[in-house]
Amino acid sequence: MSLDNQTIQKKLVDTFGLDIIEYHESHDILTFEINSKKNHEIIKFLKENKDLNFNFLTDVCGVHFPDYEKERQFAVVYHLHNWFQNVRIRIKCFTNAENPNVDSVVDLYKSANWQERETYDFYGIKFNNHPQLKRILNMDEMESFPLRKEFPMEDQGRTDKDDRFFGRISNNC
Amino acid sequence: MSDLLLTPENRFQKQIEERLKKDGVELSVLNLGPTHPATHGIFQNILLMDGETILDGEGTVGYIHRAFEKIAENRPFYQINVLTDRLNYCSSPINNTGWWMTVEKALGIEIPKRVQYLRVIIMELARIADHIICSSVMGVDTGALTGFLYVMQYREKIYEIYEEICGARLTTNMGRIGGFEREWSETAWRKIDEFLNEFPAVWTEFENMLSRNRIFMDRTIGAGAVPAEMAMSYGFTGPNLRAAGIDYDVRVAQPYCSYEDFEFDVPVGQNGDCYDRFCVRNAEVWESMKIIRQAIAKMPEGPYHADVPEYYLPPKEDVYQNMEALIYHFKIVMGEIPVPNTEVYHAVEGGNGELGFYLITNGSRVPYRLHFRRPCFIYYQAFNEIVKGRSLSDAIITLSSMNVIAGELDC
Repeated sequence: MSLDNQTIQKKLVDTFGLDIIEYHESHDILTFEINSKKNHEIIKFLKENKDLNFNFLTDVCGVHFPDYEKERQFAVVYHLHNWFQNVRIRIKCFTNAENPNVDSVVDLYKSANWQERETYDFYGIKFNNHPQLKRILNMDEMESFPLRKEFPMEDQGRTDKDDRFFGRISNNC
Repeated sequence: MSDLLLTPENRFQKQIEERLKKDGVELSVLNLGPTHPATHGIFQNILLMDGETILDGEGTVGYIHRAFEKIAENRPFYQINVLTDRLNYCSSPINNTGWWMTVEKALGIEIPKRVQYLRVIIMELARIADHIICSSVMGVDTGALTGFLYVMQYREKIYEIYEEICGARLTTNMGRIGGFEREWSETAWRKIDEFLNEFPAVWTEFENMLSRNRIFMDRTIGAGAVPAEMAMSYGFTGPNLRAAGIDYDVRVAQPYCSYEDFEFDVPVGQNGDCYDRFCVRNAEVWESMKIIRQAIAKMPEGPYHADVPEYYLPPKEDVYQNMEALIYHFKIVMGEIPVPNTEVYHAVEGGNGELGFYLITNGSRVPYRLHFRRPCFIYYQAFNEIVKGRSLSDAIITLSSMNVIAGELDC
C-alpha cells in the first residue's frame, strides 16, 4: 500500500487532534504546523509508527517572521523523508519571540545535532535537551543572531540601493 | 554546565589531567587543521590522542562561512546563482542547475526537453569532475600522487567544456531561469565527444592502479567504516550513504530533469568504509558516462531555453529594436519579475549527496528565506564518531574519502 498525503493526515488527526493544524500541500509536499510543545512527541510518532516510518531527517532550519504575532515569530522547519515509500513531509513548529525554544530531536536523528546548532547560531532558537547547544559557524563570542530579519546586512548608509528610488516601499524590497 | 559546552581545548585538558592522575598515561591534544594539506579545505579538528590512537575529537567549522543565506535574502534570484557556485566548488554546475530548478518550480515554469537533456549532460560531467578529485585525492593521501596528476588533466578537459558553454571554469554561474544563456557551440560538442572517447581508458588505468593495489587496500579497507544504520541516522546521502549499502539516490527516488529517461545503475557498497566509498565513486563515474552517452544519443530538437520572456533576458539586438524586449529587459534587470507566494523544497543529487534548496518567497523580488541543505555539513558531524578509537592515519584517509568540501560545509 502506498502512503499518500491523505493517509498521513488522517493518522495524525486521529492521534494528535488539534496539536497539528493547517494541513496543505505545497509543491507535492504535505506541510503542516505543529504545537511547539509537542514537536518531539509528534516527530517520534512519525518516525516510529510502522505505517508512517519517516526514517530520514532531511533538513532542519529556522525562519524568522517579525510581522507575525509575538507567539509565532520564529519557526523551525523540519523536512522528513520516508525512503521506503518515497514520501516527503514538511513540519513547521512556531515558537515565541521572547524565549524561542523547542525540544531537540537529536535523540531520534543524530543528524539533527549540527543542524539544530546552526539554527541556534543564526536565530537564537533554543533546543531543549540538546547535548551541545553552542554556536557552530559563527564565533563563540558573538552576541547577535545574524539571520534574524532585524540584523542589518549591508552598510545602512548606502544610498545607491535605496528602494524608494525604484518605486518600492520598504517591505516590498 | 555540560562539559561539551567548553571549548575542546579546555575539555580535553580536564581529561588529560584526570587520566594522568588515574594511571599515569600522558595523553596529548593534536590540532589537525584549520590549514592542513590533508584536510583539503579549511576546517579544524582538535583531537585527543593516546599515542597514535584518537580517543576523542571535536570539529570546528565556520572558517569560510560567508553568510550566503543572509546575502540571498537581499538578492534577486539571478544573483543568487553565483552564491551556489561557491558551495561545492568541485561541481558548481550541479549547484547552479539545482538552484534554477528550484526557482522554476516556485515560478511554475515548464522546461523544454532539450534543455533538460543539456542540463543532465552538464550535471553528469560535473559529477565526474567531482569524483575524479575525491578518488584521486584518496590516492594522494595514501601516497600515490601519480594517479592524481594523471586524471587531473581530464578534469581540466571537463573545465574546458564548461568554459565553452558558459565562459567560466570553476565558479561557473551557468544557465538562466528557463535554460542556458546561449546555444552550445560546435566546439563544446566536439570536446564532449573527445572526452567521452579518451576518458574511459584513462579511468580504467586509474582504477587498475589503485583498486587492487595491496597498499591502497590495506590502508582503506575497514578504515572509517560507517554501518548503514548509523549512516542513515547521521543524515548521510550520496556516495557515502551508498557505500554503506543503501541505494538512495535522488536521481532515482525523485527524478528531476528527465533522469527517468535514462538507464543507469546505482552502485552500492557493503561496509561503508573508505574502500567502498572509493569503489562507489569510481563506479558512478562509469554510470555518469553512460548517462551522458544516452543523453547525446536521444537529444531532442528544440530551443536551448524556455519561452518565458518575463524571466529570461531577451537578445541584446532586440532590446534596442523592440519595445517588449526593452520592457522585459528593464524589468528583469531591476528585479521586477512576478513571483508567487510559495515555498519549495527541491533536491538534486550533488557530487556528495542530496543538495536541497528550501525557498520561501513572499512575492517580493528577493527570497524571504533560502536555506541550503548542504550534504557535507550534515554528514561531516559523524566524523568524530567514525574516527574514535582509530589511528590518525585512518582519520586522514577517512576525511578525504568523505569528500568534505569546506565551501559547502560552511555555506
